[in-house]
Amino acid sequence: MSAMATTQLAPKRVLMKGNEAMAEAAIQAGCDAYFGYPITPQAEILELMARRMPEEGRVFIQAESELGAINMALGAAATGARVLVSSSSPGISLMAEGMSYMAGSEVPMVLINVMRGGPGLGSIGPSQSDYFQAVKGHGHGDYKVPVLAPASIAEAVALMADAFELAERYRTPVIVLADGTLGQAMEPVSPAYRDPARLQTDWNLTSTNGEREPRVVRSLHLRPEELQEHNTHLQAKFAQIAEREVRFATERIEDADIVIVAYGTAARIARTAMERGRSKGLRIGIFRPITLWPFPTAELVAATEGKRGILTVELSSGQMVEDVRLAIEGRLPVHFLGRQGGVLPSPNEVLEACRKMVAP
Amino acid sequence: MQHGTIVAGFGGQGILFCGHVLAQAALIEGREVSWMPSYGPEMRGGTAYCTVIVSDRPIGSPMVDAADSAIVLNPPSLAKFEPVIARGGLIVVNSSLVEAIPARTDIESLLLPCTQIAREAGDDLLVSMVALGGLIARRPIVGQDSVHAALRDLLSGKKAHLIEADSAAFERGYAAGMRGSTQELDNRVLVDVWR
Repeated sequence: MSAMATTQLAPKRVLMKGNEAMAEAAIQAGCDAYFGYPITPQAEILELMARRMPEEGRVFIQAESELGAINMALGAAATGARVLVSSSSPGISLMAEGMSYMAGSEVPMVLINVMRGGPGLGSIGPSQSDYFQAVKGHGHGDYKVPVLAPASIAEAVALMADAFELAERYRTPVIVLADGTLGQAMEPVSPAYRDPARLQTDWNLTSTNGEREPRVVRSLHLRPEELQEHNTHLQAKFAQIAEREVRFATERIEDADIVIVAYGTAARIARTAMERGRSKGLRIGIFRPITLWPFPTAELVAATEGKRGILTVELSSGQMVEDVRLAIEGRLPVHFLGRQGGVLPSPNEVLEACRKMVAP
Repeated sequence: MQHGTIVAGFGGQGILFCGHVLAQAALIEGREVSWMPSYGPEMRGGTAYCTVIVSDRPIGSPMVDAADSAIVLNPPSLAKFEPVIARGGLIVVNSSLVEAIPARTDIESLLLPCTQIAREAGDDLLVSMVALGGLIARRPIVGQDSVHAALRDLLSGKKAHLIEADSAAFERGYAAGMRGSTQELDNRVLVDVWR
C-alpha cells in the first residue's frame, strides 16, 4: 500500500519532445483554444494540438495564416478563454500587430515562440535572435509582456502552467521563448501537470443575459488624454510585474570568479563549459534568467558582486548582453560570445572565452 | 558517468528510432538522458543522425562536441563523425555498406556487418538494432534488459508485433559485438566480426 502511495506521488518519468511536452502541458493546464499555422521547428505543437484538443472537446483551429491565428486568439481571449498560440520566428513577426492589440486590450494569452535563425526566412536551426522582439514588447506601442525562457523540457512543462497563471493574473499576453533545440530534443518529463485555478473575472465578454451593462474590450482610445490615462495604468501594471515576477536560477555561483549569463539552450552549453572549466580549476558559475522580461537586474548585480567578470552567451549576435550591461552599469567587465543563424557554440569555445578573461 | 553517442546513417535505417531506444532504456534505469535529432531540411535517402547523452547528473549541452561513441551505418556518416569521436572512444561501423576502415589510431573501431546480420535476422530494416547491440556489447551504457524493456515501451499497440524481431536483432548484434576478435592494423584497434 505504501508502495502504491509512493507511485502516485512520483509519476513515472516519460521521454517527451519539447514541442509535444509544451503542448500537452498547455492542455493539462486547461487550455481552451489553440490557434496556429505550421512552421518548423515548432510544427509538433500544432500536430499534437490537432490530435489532442478535439479529444478533449476543446477548440483547435489551423488558421489560414499567422495573422488569422493571432486575431482568432484575440477574439477567443476576449471571452476569458484560456488561449494558446505558437509559431516560430518569421511567424511570430506576423503576429506582432495582434500581440500589441492584446496587450492594449489587456487580454490574457500565451504565445510560444520556438526560435529559428533570422533575419527574414532565415534557417530552421536553433537560435535566440528574437530576444529583442520578445522582451521589448514585440509589436508597436508602449508595452511589455512577461517572457519565460525554459532551459530544459521539464522546465518548459512547468512554465506553461505558470504562463497561463501570469497571463490571467495580470491580464496580459505572455511569451514562452524557446529555441529549435528545446523544441526538437527529447528529455525526461515528470507528468505532474498543473491546472491553475480560474480567477473571478469582470472584464471578459460573455452574455449579459440582459442583467448587466455590456462590457467592452478594446485597444482604441481616440482621445489622447484618455489613452495616456490607459497607458499610465498599463505602466503601473508593468511596474508591478517587474517587482513581483522576476525569476532566475544560479549554478555554483558562490565561489565563482567568472559568471556566465545565459538562458535556454545557451545556458545548457554553459553548464558543460562550467563543468569542464571547474575540472581544470577555473571557477565558473552560471546566472540564468528565467524571466527575460522582467529581467533579473538587481538579482544579477547582487549575484556578481566581487566577481572578476561576466560572459554573456547567446545564440545571437548579442541581444540580452545589452540588458546585462544596463544592469551591471560598468561595475564589471561584460564579455560576449554568440553564434548566429542556427549554429550552436561549442562548450570549449565558451570555456576558451572564460579562460581569456582570467588570463594574465 | 556521462556518455554521448551519435547514431548516423541513411534516413530509413531507423537512426532516430535507434537513439530513442537507447534513450528510453536509460530512462528506464532512472538516468538523466537527452535525445537530439538532426532536423535540417532532410530528404529521403539523405543522411540523418541523432545525439543521445546518458548521464548520472543533469545534462548540459544536448549536443556533443566529442562523442564517446558513434554508430555509422552509411559511408557519408563515417566521414562526418569519425573526427568528432573522443580519444579512447568507440565507432561502430556498418561494414556491410561502409568499405572504408576508420583511420584513427586513438579510437576503437567495431567493424560489424549490420545489414547482413539484419538480413539474417529477417529484415534489412533491423540494421540499427543490430548496431545498437554491437555498441552495448562494447560499451555497456545501459543494460541489455533495459533495451528489451525500451522496445516493449516504444513498440506498443499496433507495432507490438515488431518487438520480437527488434529484440532478436539487438541480441544478434550484441553477440557479434562480444564475439569480435580484437586485432591491430597499423596501430588501429579493430574489432572485426566479418573475417
